[in-house]
Amino acid sequence: MIPAAVDYLRVESAEAAVAALGEHGDEAKLLAGGQSLIPLMRLRLATPTVLVDVGRATGLSGISVGGDTVSIGALTTHSSLEHSAELAAACPLLAHVASVVGDPAVRHRGTLGGSLAHADPASDLPAAVLALGGTLVVSGPGGSREIAATDFFTGFLESDLAADEVLTEVRVPVSTGGWSYQKFNRRAQDWAIVGAMVAEGGAGVALVNMASTPIRASSVEAALAGGASAADAAAGAADSTEPPTDNQADGPYRQHLARVLTRRALEAAGA
Amino acid sequence: MEVSVTVNGTVRSADVEPRTLLAHFLRDDLGLTGTNIGCDTSSCGACTVLVDGRSAKSCTLLAVQADGSDVTTIEGLAGDDGLHPMQQAFHECHALQCGYCTPGMVMAAVSLVDEYEDLDAAGVREGLEGNLCRCTGYQNIVKAVLAASE
Repeated sequence: MIPAAVDYLRVESAEAAVAALGEHGDEAKLLAGGQSLIPLMRLRLATPTVLVDVGRATGLSGISVGGDTVSIGALTTHSSLEHSAELAAACPLLAHVASVVGDPAVRHRGTLGGSLAHADPASDLPAAVLALGGTLVVSGPGGSREIAATDFFTGFLESDLAADEVLTEVRVPVSTGGWSYQKFNRRAQDWAIVGAMVAEGGAGVALVNMASTPIRASSVEAALAGGASAADAAAGAADSTEPPTDNQADGPYRQHLARVLTRRALEAAGA
Repeated sequence: MEVSVTVNGTVRSADVEPRTLLAHFLRDDLGLTGTNIGCDTSSCGACTVLVDGRSAKSCTLLAVQADGSDVTTIEGLAGDDGLHPMQQAFHECHALQCGYCTPGMVMAAVSLVDEYEDLDAAGVREGLEGNLCRCTGYQNIVKAVLAASE
């Protein structure tokens, strides 16, 4: 389908985006790569009346490693993450996860910031940033603030971002310990039915599509920290989860997948 | 809104509604109907074109987002000396049956070969996961892409 009629504003900076969002309120939607938003607009599940296109804003893309932190501009594409030698050295989990998002055409346009702000529990990158213990930097009318990834995802397609805030940067720790992403799906280019993400040899474990947000599997992390084997720790991966049921899987099957995929991910990460 | 896009080497301008998808701009405003539209969900890849040299689904990009960009469609791929090597390989390997997915498949394959080195059959299959073909079973498409990448 064709999206509903919409006005379009192109902005050249995060500040201009904040101002435009402030002016147009709830009717406005920020557009970056558009790989999540435009499909929703085509199905008319999203019907903003104003698009604020931040896609060409300056200073919002690029990867830099300083000390023990990797800083990534929000407009950095999945493809740039996938092909960055610097990221592959400093945080191989994130580079790998970016390489399994959607398909190459999607990865050329889709952005890290867009994926996080979209806050889809079935997406790969939000769970990666969560497992890594990342921080999100956002700009708003009162300046900028930092939000821990653990506080960012608040509900299905909902985040702590206010309507007039713009995600500008994502920071993750340099992380070269054992890692793995086990993504389970049945159809090419599809979202994960369930995914299990392990960072730093099991210090960070996150699950994809097991709740209305990406979640940390804290019981697995705690079990590992207490000396449990990968298999024993993974057995608790689905504890106290209430995963969604859809046409691909029901809740109990998702819980089964979470346990199996977490075990595989822990084993692959050498936990 | 006025947009100006370099399409197959020629600057093309039009006054479009902001909601106009690049695929519709190409087909309806410019008459370049080689770019097919096969689905409503950004899944099939039939509308794949090159935007600034890299594959993009033209159904998942607004024409206004492509303003100022360099777009190549299937019509712009062949040179004065004949078919592009990828088109030639599709021809020689019989990598199509009904042909509906072919323009998008060829454009995605051109981008894939440019982006990834040392592709093998598994890499081609993975790299073309965003392009659906309901006729061939992909076997000859993979053959063609590998042939063209050599």
